[in-house]
Amino acid sequence: MKTDGGQALIRSLEREGVEVMFGLPGGAILPVYDPIIDSKIRHILVRHEQGAGHMAEGYAQATGKPGVAMVTSGPAATNIVTPLCDAYLDSIPMVVITGQVPTAAIGTDAFQECDTTGITASITKHNFLVTEAQDIPRVIREAFHIATTGRPGPVLVDIPKDIVDPTNPRSSLELEDNVEMDLPGYKVDTSVDPEAIQKAVELIQNAERPILYVGGGILKSRAAESLLELAELTGIHVVTTLMARGAFPDSHELCLGMPGMHGNFTAVTAMQESDLLITLGARFDDRVTGKLDEFAVSAKIIHIDIDPAELGKVRRPDVPIQGDCRTAVEAMVSVLRDSGPGDADRTAWKSRISGWQERFPLVYEPSTPGQALKPQFVIEKLRDATPADTIVASGVGQHQMWASQYWTFNHPYTWINSGGLGTMGFSIPAAIGAKVGCPDKMVWAVDGDGCFQMTAQELVTARVENIPIKVALLNNSYLGMVRQWQDMFYEERHSEVFLSKEIPDYKGWAESMGCFAMRVDDPDEVEEAIAQANEIEDRPVVIDFRTAAEEKVYPMVASGTGNSDVIVPPSQEKEIR
Amino acid sequence: MNAESQGHRNHTLVVTVENKSGVLARVASLFARRAFNIRSLAVAPTEDDHLSRITIVVDGESAPIEQVVNQLDKLINVVDIQDLQPGRAIERELMLVTVAVEPEHRDDIVEQLDRAGGKVMSVGADSMMLSLVGDPEHIDTFENLLRPFGILEIQRTGRVALANLDETIE
Ligand SMILES: Cc1ncc(C[n+]2csc(CCOP(=O)(O)OP(=O)(O)O)c2C)c(N)n1
Ligand SMILES: [Mg+2]
Repeated sequence: MKTDGGQALIRSLEREGVEVMFGLPGGAILPVYDPIIDSKIRHILVRHEQGAGHMAEGYAQATGKPGVAMVTSGPAATNIVTPLCDAYLDSIPMVVITGQVPTAAIGTDAFQECDTTGITASITKHNFLVTEAQDIPRVIREAFHIATTGRPGPVLVDIPKDIVDPTNPRSSLELEDNVEMDLPGYKVDTSVDPEAIQKAVELIQNAERPILYVGGGILKSRAAESLLELAELTGIHVVTTLMARGAFPDSHELCLGMPGMHGNFTAVTAMQESDLLITLGARFDDRVTGKLDEFAVSAKIIHIDIDPAELGKVRRPDVPIQGDCRTAVEAMVSVLRDSGPGDADRTAWKSRISGWQERFPLVYEPSTPGQALKPQFVIEKLRDATPADTIVASGVGQHQMWASQYWTFNHPYTWINSGGLGTMGFSIPAAIGAKVGCPDKMVWAVDGDGCFQMTAQELVTARVENIPIKVALLNNSYLGMVRQWQDMFYEERHSEVFLSKEIPDYKGWAESMGCFAMRVDDPDEVEEAIAQANEIEDRPVVIDFRTAAEEKVYPMVASGTGNSDVIVPPSQEKEIR
Repeated sequence: MNAESQGHRNHTLVVTVENKSGVLARVASLFARRAFNIRSLAVAPTEDDHLSRITIVVDGESAPIEQVVNQLDKLINVVDIQDLQPGRAIERELMLVTVAVEPEHRDDIVEQLDRAGGKVMSVGADSMMLSLVGDPEHIDTFENLLRPFGILEIQRTGRVALANLDETIE
């Protein structure tokens, strides 16, 4: 079929099964926006391109399908750099299409020209600058293939205007029914080496203090069920990293919750004391290991990852297994079924674990009447008042850690956050993307006041496009996480962390963006407000919870220290050692 | 630079890449971003129009070589990587060098050059330009030999390499 580049691009997206895309048009991408009018793809018009990128990420995280964003050249491309980097660090499948100045103008510092592929090369899994209209269908196919296979990640496609502009002869092409990829350097090996599996199983059978260290790769490989089988078959306890919350049910007796800098004491300590870390799709991030040479010093390591570059990058594994996590977990399950779970004696280990759990539960001091709300209390009330499969999207800061700690995640793909990059402002657009992908689920953004002020304008998008998300704003008037560091490590010298108690008027602001909004100061009003919010389905809701500014996230492993030196809340200090 | 101590520290990677614009930049930026050190780098087209070959000498102390290889392999445009073991590959480098030399010492230099297998490219009033092709250690030795005369300008290509026949180690 004879057509032009713009038509071919939209047609190619349809062929990839794209149902929705997030974006904002401008000069260079204009010709591609025209055929959208006649396409069945739903386009969501954002208010800032960063929003488009995070929406695509939220959509991808909630649905497992690649998220798609489209923006114009220059400033629009640079506005979407943050989400690209975010998706790169959290391995989120995403395809971003950017407009570019016409091929003949590239390199001349033309209006709104920027070197988009140069800028994004190190924060994308791959990127393309397409220079011939004829290449568009193939490149789109390749972009989706690369984004969604192997270790997923963001792919950017930069499209000069002349090859999509129907008035330009350079845009004409023959759209073939069959589009062949040409990626001689891209090979994905998902198979796992049976010998390595055998070795791993032997280590598991003989380990006295094993821990399943579960990262985001388990969710990416859709292996939550297989993981449950492996854990139950072996009786081994599980920790789920910030990227893997929900991959294993928090209510399960084998679940120890989140490890790391703000992980709970038992998860951190069990890893630290373990003699075998069965590492599934995790990457020994510094926020998990603490000071590396003091991390789990007596543990042998089984490391399973689809990305061979992760094996040995940080900690040398005893058994490295390159391949798909689910395939590997299933293979281990089947060998363990045949040969039995082993006869290592783990009674002492189990009682140590339950001892830690008893002595060091997650705790906070409830607020006394007249005092500001405790943020943890708000999260608990929200958790208890919402359906079990509610999707929670969080911003970055103290509120993120409390959400991860105090929510009970019993379903995979219900926790969406910015783990690797720690991008403030992530939650509202990510929640919007998740709600677009899962319209039948309740979606709550848990946000901080600092974060809210970075991306709140997307609530306009949510209202106008009919995407009824809900926002629990944990408003402590501070850049709370930074204040916490200043409290603990800078002698309480607060430098540029106080925002304001009066400004903005969040309720008024939210209302002006078309949301239903409430302000809650009193603990007694929390339940009622949440109940009211849960009833509202025709527009976004924002609740401005005024929370206690001095509250700190505990436990904490201070940056640069080892995981054995975890700082517990003051009420537990007498319990330590 | 001592050739011997360099030998086991440095790795020669022969990286076959798609012959597309921007690929060299991707490789170079990967090295910069991951703090891998490049000692030398040479790029040229290959027998196949679609492919180029980059010979990179990596400082093996800046990062474990397998990490370098694994990260390189993640670049979509990288088609193949060979980690050439020392002694199991043919490595060559070209040097062009201009040395200061009084007419009465010319014969001296030419004799050394002959023995090393090099050529005189150009002769000036009190300088000479020489060329020499050889394995990098050989070039190092000759370079050291020329130093006392006074090197005015030197240009080395960086090494290119191919695995010995039947001994390719992946
Ligand atoms: C874009 C960006 N800028 C700065 C930071 C550093 N930072 C991390 S947490 C934080 C404070 C977040 O404040 P708020 O949203 O109010 O959350 P709180 O910690 O108070 O819950 C800051 C500034 C960041 N992570 N991201
Ligand atoms: Mg705050």
